[in-house]
Amino acid sequence: MLDKILFLLCLASALADERCMPDTPHGFQVRLSIKTALGDEAYAWNENEMFLFRATLAFAMRNHMTGQQFNVSNIVVCDETERVSFWFIVTSPLDTSQLIDQENVEAAIRRSRNRINSAFLLTDKTLEFVDILPTLGTPYVHPTPPWLIAFGVVMGAVGAGIIIMLVSSAVQKKLKTNKKPQDKDEDDEEETRVKTMENGVARDGVYNMSFSEDERFTAM
Amino acid sequence: MRLVLPNPGLEDRIFSHEDLERMEKEEAEDRPKWDNKAQYILTCVGFCIGIGNVWRFPYLCQSHGGGAFLIPYLILLVLEGMPLLLLEFAIGQRLRKGSVGVWKAINPYLTGIGIASMLVSLLIGLYYNTLLAWILWYFFNSFQDPLPWAQCPLNENRTEFVSECQRSTTVDYYFYRVTLNSTPSIADSGGLQWQIVLCLFAAWTVIFICYIRGISTSGKAVYVTAILPYIVLAIFLIRGLTLKGSVTGLKYLFTPDVDELMNPQTWLDAGAQVFYAFSIAWGGLISFSSYNPVHNNCMQDAVILSIITGFTSIYAATATYTIIGFRATEKYEKCMSENIMTLVNAFHLPEDSITASNYDAALNHLNSSSPDIILGLHFENCDMQKLLSEGVEGTGLAFIVFTEAIIKMPGSPAWSILFFIMLLCLGISTLFGNIEGVVVPLKDLNVLPKKWPQEALTGVTCAVAFVITLLFAQHSGIYWVTLFDDFAGSVPLLTIGLFEMIAVVYIYGIDRFNEDIKFMIGYKPSIFWQLSWRFIGPVIILVILVAYLVTEVQKELTYLVWDPNSDDFPSLASVPYPSWISAVIFLLAGVPSLTVPLYALCRLVIVTCKKKKKMSETICQLS
Repeated sequence: MLDKILFLLCLASALADERCMPDTPHGFQVRLSIKTALGDEAYAWNENEMFLFRATLAFAMRNHMTGQQFNVSNIVVCDETERVSFWFIVTSPLDTSQLIDQENVEAAIRRSRNRINSAFLLTDKTLEFVDILPTLGTPYVHPTPPWLIAFGVVMGAVGAGIIIMLVSSAVQKKLKTNKKPQDKDEDDEEETRVKTMENGVARDGVYNMSFSEDERFTAM
Repeated sequence: MRLVLPNPGLEDRIFSHEDLERMEKEEAEDRPKWDNKAQYILTCVGFCIGIGNVWRFPYLCQSHGGGAFLIPYLILLVLEGMPLLLLEFAIGQRLRKGSVGVWKAINPYLTGIGIASMLVSLLIGLYYNTLLAWILWYFFNSFQDPLPWAQCPLNENRTEFVSECQRSTTVDYYFYRVTLNSTPSIADSGGLQWQIVLCLFAAWTVIFICYIRGISTSGKAVYVTAILPYIVLAIFLIRGLTLKGSVTGLKYLFTPDVDELMNPQTWLDAGAQVFYAFSIAWGGLISFSSYNPVHNNCMQDAVILSIITGFTSIYAATATYTIIGFRATEKYEKCMSENIMTLVNAFHLPEDSITASNYDAALNHLNSSSPDIILGLHFENCDMQKLLSEGVEGTGLAFIVFTEAIIKMPGSPAWSILFFIMLLCLGISTLFGNIEGVVVPLKDLNVLPKKWPQEALTGVTCAVAFVITLLFAQHSGIYWVTLFDDFAGSVPLLTIGLFEMIAVVYIYGIDRFNEDIKFMIGYKPSIFWQLSWRFIGPVIILVILVAYLVTEVQKELTYLVWDPNSDDFPSLASVPYPSWISAVIFLLAGVPSLTVPLYALCRLVIVTCKKKKKMSETICQLS
């Protein structure tokens, strides 16, 4: 009895091994670039890491196909290379001779991609599932385009500056014209318009009478 | 006895030396004045140092033999640039008028030179401010992290990036599609790009407020706009030198190739660059120096300005090429690592077994052992020289190469803000000279009433210019800008410069000019200046002009377009211009150049008609 069970198990595992091979239609190739991602802090790839991978994948399958209790044994891995790349297939927990089809596996991986990546401290690019394109992260869209804010600030400052300039020159002009008629009334008493001859060209001069009047009377 | 053409009535049209002394003492002039010498020098420096120093000179340097290019550049700077500079400074300071007034005073038939200067300043100012509008757009968009040109947008299905962006690069897509939304042809207008209209409005308003009271406001603005670029260039230089690959860029820029000195094109390009760099024949320099006190030492100013311009060109080129070297190295390394990854993945080798240093050896070894697999693989061609030389001129440098380099630097938004503020300052300070060269002649020609306050003059000019520049806000705007750049800013300037020299030396009289300079600065200009004004300068300009015309006439009229449907995409495709473009080119290049003889001719005709009328009237009265 025990022999039979052992024989069946061996057969099952042998069958499973045969189904897992490069370019299998039921599985995927995985490629890890740990050194590229982590540089000096890269960890070595060993059996324990592989165990973690299989466990994570089982977790992903559980998440996707609810109700089915996937186990580490359901994830079959083969063709490991130095590159750290390998193929895997997923067997059904209910019947190990049955393989889960590619679409389901792909959907499961897409769903939990983030969790799988973070288990290995890797990214979509460095933990590559060949032929599963990563869903592109949507670029962040700002509610108000930031350029409009910058534009508004600059235009506001410039507009305020223009108004200040125009108002100040208008005010200056008004002060000037207000001063001129006033000055003219005051100065008329103190000044007489004198025509002086200079260089043979008649020039209008202003003789300040107030100043000269003081000179006529010498101080006591 | 010097050769001087007869010029009757010259003394009546200009101030005598005694008048100038008197005006100086009494400060009786009603012209604006510089607050201090520093303002004047900074304004001239800002005018001469423009965006071209950042994106034209380094390209010329690198493509014409690197360090060896400095030899023709510096020689022509001294022989051609400096004398023309002193000529414009001295004549403006002496005759104390804007560009139209100066030539009118020398001889009324020469007013055409002033009008041509004004037209050229106007045409150049129009497209130059459009460049500023684009720079403003990038500046406004730099206040976010990540920068918008760092990523491609997703297409509608959200399955992958937009195909146009995927096939080219994010920076190309951002410039040609998001910013400009370019059509594939200059004839295809495509309507207005409203965000560019807004930026154009902002650009013209900034110019308006800076120049609102003429040089009394722009003179204060230049303290910022003329000095800030130097500071920013220093920051970029220091940062650039700490980046990987900067030395590669510098080596590429300065490695001398002495054979290039034998190539006449090198000397032509050097001469043209000196000419445009000094903003000669725009009319702005004459205006600016006419606000100086009479005894200002203009010879010293000309020498100082030449030295500063030469130094700044080299300084800007160095700073720019450290960043270009960094970008090229980054791209090269990315290209190499992609090739390495292809190889490693195909042969299932450990990641770090192949590095950039043993890549070639490994490739050969694998090629000999399994050539069939190698054949099936696709390798990128990683060419460092190509990466260093691509797109490094004109708008391509600022909006494509530099923006790409910036997104690779940590702290990108800060660097982007700094870079675009620097370009803004460089452009605004050049535009001050431009506006001066347009507003003052318009006033002198009585097109704008003299009674209007300066604010109204500036306002009307800026408003009209804004409406005209809406031409560049179309979707085909970039092709119009390139057209203006190629034709409005080349031949007319050379012809005006030539006429200026001939007018001052042979119509005003070199003897009188020497006496004027002796009166203003105390000593006569030395034999070097005499030779360059009378022979060397005009000959150089004539040679450059003729060579330019000859090469242009032989060239086919084509231009580069951004066409996603073309075969060369993502490279720009070379397409012939439509037939009606010849009329536009004639308007841009021909009209300003021909204004001088045309105006003289018209005036001759009118004067002869008036004389004939007067003669017939006196005959009638007598009889």
